[in-house]
Amino acid sequence: MIGRGRAKGGAPRTGVDRFLTFMRVAILTLVAVGILAFIWQEIDTDNPFARWANPDATGLTGAQFRGLIISGVAQGCMYGLIALGYSMVYGVLGFINFAHGEVFMVGAMTGMITSNKLADAGLWESNFIGSLVFIVIVSMIVCTLVAVIMERVAYRPLRGSPRLIPLITSIGVSFFIQNASIVLLGPAAKAYPDVPDWVKDKHTFIQIEGSRILVVVVAAVSMGVLWYLVEHTKGGKAMRAVAEDAEIAALMGINVNRTIVKVFAVGGAMAGLAGILWGILFRSVIHTTGFLPGIKAFSAAVVGGIGHLGGAMAGGLSIGVAESVGPLLILEPLGVSGVSQLRDAVAFSVLIGVLLLRPAGIFGERLPAEDRT
Amino acid sequence: MTGVLLPPPETGAMGGRAETPPAPSRAVLAQDWRRLVRLGAVGAFAQVFIALSNMPVRLDERVVVKPVLSLGYLTLLVVPFAAGYRVGHQIKREGMPVYAAGAHEVAGGAACGALAGGGLSLLAVLLANFDLREPLVNWSPMLAELLAFGNATWFAVVVWLLIGAAIGAVGGILRTLGPRTRRAAVTMALAVAGAAVMEPLVVDLAEGMRLEALTDRLYARRGGVNWTSALGLAAGSGVLAVLGRGRIRQARAHIASLEGAKRNRANSGLIVLTGAALIILPLFAGKLTNELLANVGLFVLLALGLNVVVGLAGILDLGYVAFFAVGSYSAAVLTAATSPRINPELPWLVALIAVVIITGLVGLFIGAPVIRMRGDYLAIVTLGFGEIIRLLFLSDWLSGWFGGSQGITKIPGAGIFGLTSVAGTDPRRVFYLVLAFCAIAIYVSWRLERSRLGRAWTAVREDETVAEAMGINTVNVKLLAFVVGAILGSFSGAIFSAKVGSVFPNSFLILVSIVILVVVIFGGMGSIVGVIAGSAVLIGVLGGPKQPGLLAEFSEFKLLIYGALLIWMMLARPEGLIPSVRRSRELHQEEMAQDAWLRGQVEDDDGSGAQAAPTP
Repeated sequence: MIGRGRAKGGAPRTGVDRFLTFMRVAILTLVAVGILAFIWQEIDTDNPFARWANPDATGLTGAQFRGLIISGVAQGCMYGLIALGYSMVYGVLGFINFAHGEVFMVGAMTGMITSNKLADAGLWESNFIGSLVFIVIVSMIVCTLVAVIMERVAYRPLRGSPRLIPLITSIGVSFFIQNASIVLLGPAAKAYPDVPDWVKDKHTFIQIEGSRILVVVVAAVSMGVLWYLVEHTKGGKAMRAVAEDAEIAALMGINVNRTIVKVFAVGGAMAGLAGILWGILFRSVIHTTGFLPGIKAFSAAVVGGIGHLGGAMAGGLSIGVAESVGPLLILEPLGVSGVSQLRDAVAFSVLIGVLLLRPAGIFGERLPAEDRT
Repeated sequence: MTGVLLPPPETGAMGGRAETPPAPSRAVLAQDWRRLVRLGAVGAFAQVFIALSNMPVRLDERVVVKPVLSLGYLTLLVVPFAAGYRVGHQIKREGMPVYAAGAHEVAGGAACGALAGGGLSLLAVLLANFDLREPLVNWSPMLAELLAFGNATWFAVVVWLLIGAAIGAVGGILRTLGPRTRRAAVTMALAVAGAAVMEPLVVDLAEGMRLEALTDRLYARRGGVNWTSALGLAAGSGVLAVLGRGRIRQARAHIASLEGAKRNRANSGLIVLTGAALIILPLFAGKLTNELLANVGLFVLLALGLNVVVGLAGILDLGYVAFFAVGSYSAAVLTAATSPRINPELPWLVALIAVVIITGLVGLFIGAPVIRMRGDYLAIVTLGFGEIIRLLFLSDWLSGWFGGSQGITKIPGAGIFGLTSVAGTDPRRVFYLVLAFCAIAIYVSWRLERSRLGRAWTAVREDETVAEAMGINTVNVKLLAFVVGAILGSFSGAIFSAKVGSVFPNSFLILVSIVILVVVIFGGMGSIVGVIAGSAVLIGVLGGPKQPGLLAEFSEFKLLIYGALLIWMMLARPEGLIPSVRRSRELHQEEMAQDAWLRGQVEDDDGSGAQAAPTP
């Protein structure tokens, strides 16, 4: 961001700037070539351009493509919900709460434990929707508690210290929660109980798995609720005020500490909800579950513009779709084999690409003045 | 931000406040009950967590003091002790009376410790009546038996309340002791604990020096210090602590007061002595000690490299493992005959030059795109690069070059001018190799710190905008930090591949980066001695990500402990164990400014002179 501004201002361009420009151009070219090759492949399966790089390239059928998009959207909704926590905390406190992904993992774990207990009692099968609501509530409460305790123990004493100190602390918190999960719950992956058929199978009419519809609906509803809370309630106003300028907000009679706790609580609740969505989508959870979705959600928050609620959701959707379509769309026509293995590498590359191309995100950042450097 | 300040330092020595004579001790029942209960509850929660983490059961086999105490029970005693000690802590503030410690502290400690111990009593009752084995894997009858010492549940309830109270009271008593006695007591405890922790090391060394008679006296046959020798050790160290009190500090102050050539001579004398000890020691040591020393040395090397990036230049690089991985893999590809695509089978030293160049270029390549980013974005992006590099080594796409998940095996040892070959089969030689490279790394970072570049790094770390205004090319300077760090990391990578004889992508997980970061932060960012001490303590005692330490039983829990340690260090002592003076000042800038303000010694912004502060 700084680099670009300076280059426009006419300051001398260094080797690093040239390298960055080269990288930006290279990334865009790579993406463009991949997409072009893909489109050509779709029009004409035997075209020499696609054959040249990858002789085995097959392209996708319409149904496959739609399936990828839908799964991308469902995962994107989940990323968006996690991204809200990153975005809000960064907006208010100005540091990356690295452990937020772990809160999400705790949510998924809580959901796993509760739903298995419910399944043992026979309630999971007999009243699926009721049990789902129940595990969502339990998981949201647990995650809120975890987030609030985290803030109280690890972050509050560090308020006002150099920016990297809370970041390092949050890495420690993340490491601690992950390993606490190993020692308490064991290192093996744990499964959710079986879901009813209408969730598992594709809907007869619209040809989409019930779980994906469920995820999108839940995410949309909670997003609406959150938007109302932040934009139309007094507490939400306080949050926005603290995000704008904490000192002035304090002078206006806003209890800054309480507001920050609220921000953590809301972020934690959303992460808990996302954890259940993860459970519905993948039905398996392990202690490292939080790491990658956490990183992806952070990328989503950056893509949408840190501190921007709608942006976080939009960013989540774009990251989700990019992740599910991107490898096949761009990498396969370029002749990279074993594309599915590189999925996570692609997610990281998206983050790096976003920060290289547009670090302020699509909708622009909403940060206190002092954090914008 | 809100400008909420860090809590003032505990000792109050930092600000150099005038010592007021302590007020008389408080009454026994005049406790701050809310604080006491809160601390006790936190302690109880921690106790339950420790118990359910399986630490007591798993560590029960390692005996600390023969029939009395095992490491498992020790883990359960730490919390009540800490709670009892902590509750007697008085926050010293300007103008507030400081009470003398006495029965008040002991009673408070006992109450708080009993509460913490009560957590275990509660757990014992729950264990007997509920079965939560489904989510909590360690909810076992073994734990219940351990908590009850093999007796009934009511026994566990009573005994843990009593133990908690007793240990908490010990913590409180520690408060009442004078500084001199307290130091002696701490030394005694540390001596016994140290002897127990170092047991494998001492036994190994004693065998090498034909001193088995001594270790037979000290240690019981199946591990643990004999209780008689534990008493003897405690008494001896206590006497030494009382007699030798202040001697070490005097010596340090003496060296610090020396100037110029004399000081240089004293310092180089110390360095030569340490070096000589490190060269002679392995000759008497067996395989175990040398393996341990080699592992510690490897992490010293890694930590010194990261220290250049994090400590000197202030760039938080979370993907440092990438350079380690690239160093290992390029050394493996260049030396091993079995490497899939290219196998020039270069001699190790020749390959090392290529490795350094390759890793330097990778450092440049990773550094260039991230260097303009905000500090925290940079951290996440380097983390991403670290993971991408591992995934690339793992992928089928590049498996034709790097072997994918099979890795590269049968890497020959490091040959030095055809004189000798260093392979993992002989840890002593590995250690000497590591030692040589550590010496290089120490010299390089020591010289760099005081060079023009090092001062530029300090300037960039403290304030980038100002540094730029002073004419420092911040981008180039930061890039150089990346490259230097990468090259130092590649050394350990090349040694690692020769030592282990094979490289797999799974040796380069992100958690390696985090462990190195914990080592650097624990030791002290920017301080060479600190970083070395940090690796010796952490890697030597607890062990690295895959390497066992002296407390091999801790292998399941060490990552948990590293996480907790990272949080605790950041909260309590961000400057680390042996801080670099400048870094420590940076971290406590605000407190020092506040102290200065309280003492009325505030200087003008331009530093022109003292000005009277407004009376608070």
